[in-house]
Amino acid sequence: MTAAKPDMITVRDLTKTFGDFRAVDQISFSVPAGKIFGFLGPNGAGKTTTIKMLTTILKPSGGTILVDGHDPVASPHEVRRSIGIVFQDPSLDDELTAFENMELHAVLYGLPREGRREKIDEFLRFVELLDRRDDIVEKFSGGMLRRLELARALLHEPQVLFLDEPTAGLDPQTRNHIWSYIQSLSKEHGTTVFFTTHYMEEADRVAEEIAIIDHGKIVARGAPEKLKEEAKAKTLEDAFITLTGHSIREEEASALDSMRNMRKMWKKRR
Amino acid sequence: MGPVYILWLRQVKRYLRSRARVLGSLGQPLLLLFALGFGFGPTFEKAGGGNYIQFLAPGIIAMGILFTALFSGIEILWDRKFGFLKETLVAPVPRLLIVLGRTLGGATIAMFQGAIVFTVCLVAGFRVEDLSMLPAAFAFMVLIAIAFTAVGTIFGSVLEDMQAFPVIMNFMVMPLFFFSGAIFPLKGLPKALTAATSINPLTYGVDGLRGALTHGPAFGLGLDFAVLGVFAGILLVVGSYFFSRIEL
Repeated sequence: MTAAKPDMITVRDLTKTFGDFRAVDQISFSVPAGKIFGFLGPNGAGKTTTIKMLTTILKPSGGTILVDGHDPVASPHEVRRSIGIVFQDPSLDDELTAFENMELHAVLYGLPREGRREKIDEFLRFVELLDRRDDIVEKFSGGMLRRLELARALLHEPQVLFLDEPTAGLDPQTRNHIWSYIQSLSKEHGTTVFFTTHYMEEADRVAEEIAIIDHGKIVARGAPEKLKEEAKAKTLEDAFITLTGHSIREEEASALDSMRNMRKMWKKRR
Repeated sequence: MGPVYILWLRQVKRYLRSRARVLGSLGQPLLLLFALGFGFGPTFEKAGGGNYIQFLAPGIIAMGILFTALFSGIEILWDRKFGFLKETLVAPVPRLLIVLGRTLGGATIAMFQGAIVFTVCLVAGFRVEDLSMLPAAFAFMVLIAIAFTAVGTIFGSVLEDMQAFPVIMNFMVMPLFFFSGAIFPLKGLPKALTAATSINPLTYGVDGLRGALTHGPAFGLGLDFAVLGVFAGILLVVGSYFFSRIEL
């Protein structure tokens, strides 16, 4: 047996409650350094809540987390320096250019001024956006936005990359591109990747390890092949449905959609 | 200080790219300047108050700053709803620096607006009596901008309802403006009105600005500066506190 790689993420008995509701219920898992880890589950299962706790946005109600050896509660800034995040919702400033968004990130993360421009160009080239460098982000398509967010998340060369549904709503071409960037990153830089997705064939293809969460608890863990074997299913999607059931999950709709509409109207008025 | 600078720069760039925003928040102060200035001018002069534009202009400049500063708080709501706030809040930067950058950015934009209103006032016939006092006037404009941008930050951090924000701000702008001595002299007012004007931070800003630009402050520039400075300091601390408590 070869020596096991140290764990990049270690989670013990992690719990988050909102009032009476246990969104995440005593989950434990670890992600070895350098692995691509898929975190799957139906809507409202606790995926995003878990990512928020791992990335210092939300304080856990109980349990412990270590990310790259740091506790997100006790030393959030150390964790923040180690991680890059692509959120489920866009988080760019759409009135700035691609370059300006990248530059802002570079300054917030304390990248030295020297070589900053070159580095920004390098990552824009990596996601094939260098030719749009000085365009205002507002004009970008959904796929371009996601690629820019990926480039931005990588700019400070994080140890761990968190991706919350990075390919949601994108066309197959863009999805393929995004995953190929992520795979080459993992291969060439040994970056640990933690992602969620609803596209099971993507998880099957890309993830080296998977955890499935449902009702706030982890219901299955292992390599995609192992999960399919255990559930006696041909595809990961079948295995997923066997493990989590057929019923549709009602997720409370946020006010975000109506807000987006309002914003469009506001913009027209201005 | 890098994060403070880059967030300040972001606000300024966004402002300079949106001409609609520049013109939109000039409307109200300019309307008041022309309607009140030329409407009440003859009466004010007959009553022995002197040139009304000369009296009113500092109040209108303060109003221009106040309006833009308060409304800058809505950017926090936009950024919260459309994600950019997350980008700043998960960066390894203390929230105090983030809120400082944002507030200084908002205050700078309010200053720009104040400068534009100032220019329009000059066109409308306003004259600065002592040019050597311009730096003092500038200092009062800065304090007004910081104090009320901080108020905008407080409401932007506490409110989550995008529609409530402008309603509440509009509700605040008018009383702050009317009870500040911007449009009438503070001497010989009924007691209730004197009480209202003396607890209004803008009163000291208007008085200081008027004192610097045209002489004749009611309270004295030193007192104006001290009171407004303390107000601005307190509001900045309170604004930072509420911003640091934002949860995503």
